[in-house]
Amino acid sequence: MKRVRWHILVFLAPAVLVYTAVMIIPLFNTLRLALYAEVDQARVFVGLQNFRTLFGNAVWSEQFWNALGNNIWFFVIHMAVQNPIGIALAALLSQRRLRFAAFYRSAIFIPTILSFVIVGFAWKLILSPIWGIAPGMLDAVGLKSLYAPWLGREGTALTTLALISVWQFVGIPMMLIYAALLSIPDEILEAGECDGITGWSAFWKIKLPLILPSIGIISILTFVGNFNAFDLIYAAQGALAGPDFSTDILGTFLYRTFFGFQLQLGDPHMGAAIASAMFAVILLGVCIYLFGIQTRMRRYQF
Amino acid sequence: MTRMTFMGGLLASTLLAGTALAQDVTLTIESWRNDDLAIWQDSIIPAFEAANPGIKVNFTPSAPAEYNAALNAKLDAGSAGDLITCRPFDASLALYDAGHLADITDLEGMANFSDVAKSGWSTDDGAVQFCVPMASVIHGFIYNKDAFADLGLSVPTTEAEFFAALDAIKADGGYIPMAMGTNDQWEAATMGYNNIGPNYWKGEEGRLALIAGEQSLTDEPWVAPYRQLAKWGDYLGDGYEAQTYPDSQNIFTLGRAAIYPAGSWEISGFNAQADFEMGAFPPPVQAAGDTCYISDHTDIALGMNAKTENADAAKTFLNWVGSPEFASLYANALPGFFSLSSHDVAMEDPLAQEFVSWRGKCESSIRSTYQILSRGTPNLENETWNASVAVIKGDETPEAAGARLQDGLASWYAPQQ
Repeated sequence: MKRVRWHILVFLAPAVLVYTAVMIIPLFNTLRLALYAEVDQARVFVGLQNFRTLFGNAVWSEQFWNALGNNIWFFVIHMAVQNPIGIALAALLSQRRLRFAAFYRSAIFIPTILSFVIVGFAWKLILSPIWGIAPGMLDAVGLKSLYAPWLGREGTALTTLALISVWQFVGIPMMLIYAALLSIPDEILEAGECDGITGWSAFWKIKLPLILPSIGIISILTFVGNFNAFDLIYAAQGALAGPDFSTDILGTFLYRTFFGFQLQLGDPHMGAAIASAMFAVILLGVCIYLFGIQTRMRRYQF
Repeated sequence: MTRMTFMGGLLASTLLAGTALAQDVTLTIESWRNDDLAIWQDSIIPAFEAANPGIKVNFTPSAPAEYNAALNAKLDAGSAGDLITCRPFDASLALYDAGHLADITDLEGMANFSDVAKSGWSTDDGAVQFCVPMASVIHGFIYNKDAFADLGLSVPTTEAEFFAALDAIKADGGYIPMAMGTNDQWEAATMGYNNIGPNYWKGEEGRLALIAGEQSLTDEPWVAPYRQLAKWGDYLGDGYEAQTYPDSQNIFTLGRAAIYPAGSWEISGFNAQADFEMGAFPPPVQAAGDTCYISDHTDIALGMNAKTENADAAKTFLNWVGSPEFASLYANALPGFFSLSSHDVAMEDPLAQEFVSWRGKCESSIRSTYQILSRGTPNLENETWNASVAVIKGDETPEAAGARLQDGLASWYAPQQ
C-alpha cells in the first residue's frame, strides 16, 4: 500500500494558491474577456471578432503593427547596447586590480531602483531644448550643432527613449554577469594561464563560454521586460506616445485602448484582445528561447 | 505589513470620525481639476457647509490625463464618489447610458441654464440632462503688454496684422514670438486648430453642418485653419518639437515670449506667475470687418453618481451649484471659468473681463470635434491633435491632413459617408 505523501501538497499549497489567485486567474480571465464585446450595455460573446477587428481593420491593424515594430526596435536597442555594455562593465569590475570597484558597482546599479516617473521626468528636463543642460553641455564643447529636440522628433524619439531605458537598467545585466564571473573557479583560469591563455583571450575563450547561460537568461528577461514596457513611454510622452505615434509600443497601445484617452472611451474587450496578442508574442519569444536555444546550450560542471 | 498598519489607521479614523459626527453625511466629489484643490477647500466647500449644516464635502481630484480612465474604473467597481465632475458630451453621455450618472432633468437648479449651456450634458435629443453646467472656457490669445509696448505693436485684429506682429517680434529677436510646443500634442489642436478655426467655418453654422454631413473636413473652411497653423511653426521657439505644455506656460510667464495661444483657464495661474501686465485678443479674422467667432466651450459640469447612498444631500449640493451664489463664487475664485448660468455674474479680474467681453462682439461656438464626431474609431479628437502637430511641423500638408481626417470620420460616421 502506497502512503499518500501529504507533506508535498501542504508545502506546495501556499505558493500554488497565491500564484493562482493573483496570476493565473487574471490571465485566463483576460483571455476570456477578449472573446466578448459590449453591445447596448450588455456583454455579448462574439468569439474571435475582436481579433478579426484588430488584425483585419486597417485602423486597428496599422496601430498594432506600428506598436509591434516600435517594440521590436526598442528590444533591439536593448540587446545591442544594454547587454554588451553590461557584460563589459561586469568584466571590468571583476578585475582584481580595479580600485573603487564597489563604488562603481553601486553607482551604476542605482538608476535601476529609481522610479520610471523620476527617470522619465529627469531625462526630459536634461534633454529639454528650453531648460535642459544637454544643449549647454554640447555648446561648451563646441558641438551645439549636434543638438536637436530628440524627444520631439519622429526619427529620434524612440531611440532616445530606448537609450534612457538602457541607462536605467544597464545595472541588471552587469550584476548578473558579475555574479556569474565570480563563480568561475580560479583553478580553471590558472590552468588556462599554464597553457598560455591570459588577459583578453582568457575572457573570450574561458569566461565568455562559461557565462553564456547567464547571457541567455538576461536576453529573455530583457525580451519579456521590453514587450511589457509601458511606464517610461507613458511618463515621458503620454498615452498618445507622440510624436505621431512614433514611440507607441504595445503597452501604451493597450493602455489607450483599455482605459481610453481624452475623448476616446475605454474598451476593455478590445484592450483584452491586445493584451492577449501581447501575451502570444511574449509566449512565442520565450518558447523559441526555451526550446530552440536553451536546450542546445552547453553547460559545464566545475 | 505597512499596508495593514495603514488600513488599520484608516479604519480607526473612520470609527472615530463616525462616532464624532454621527449625523453628518459626507459627499465626495470626483474631479480632474487638481489645480483647483485649494479653491474648493478654502472658499467653495466652506460656503456650502455653512449654508447646509449636516453635509460635509470632500473634494478628491485626480490628474487630468488619468481622470477618465480612473473614473470609469471606479464607477465599474462601485467605489466612485457621490458627485462626479462631468466632461462635456460623449464621455459623460456614455456614463449616463451605462447607468452611472443619475437623471437630474427635474432638479430645480437646472432652470437657471439655457439650452446651449445644457447641450454638453444632454442626451442627443435633448430630453434628459445628467449634469449641472458649471463653466465654459473661451479660447483666444494672451499677450505680454510690456513686450507689445517695447516693440510698438498694436493688438492685431486681422490675420495679416497678426502675422505682421509675429514677424516684427521675430525680427526684433528679444522675445520668442509665440509660446507653444508640440510635445504634448493637445495644445496644437485645442489652442491651435479649435482656437482659430471657428472664424473659417463660421462657428455653429459650420460645426452643425459637419455633424449633419453637409460639409466635410476636406472643404475649404476646415482645411484653411491648417494652412494658418502650417505658418505657425516658424514663430515657435527653438526646439518646440520637444516643448511641453508646462514649458510653454513657464516661457510665457517668465516674460520670454510675447504671445500665448490660450484658453481662459490659464488666467488664474498666469496672474499668480507673471509680473508683467497681460492682455488678450480674440482669434484674428481674415479681413477687417468680418464677423468674429470664438470658441466658448462648455467645459465642466457636475453630476450625481446614480448609485450614491446620499442622493438627497447630493441633490442639495447640485441645486446649490445652480444658484447665483455658486456662480459668482466660482467665477471669481477661478477667473477664466465663465459661468454658464443665466445669473448676472460680476467678475473683478480684468483679463477675465476681456475674455468674456468677446461674447458680446463675436458669435460663440464650441470645439468642433466634441459633439458626436469623436464617438467612433478612429477618434476624431485624438486624430486632430495628431494632424495639427504634423501640419505645424511640416510633416503633412494641410490638404493631406484634411483628407486623412475625413477618411477616418467617414469610415464610421454614416452622415459623412
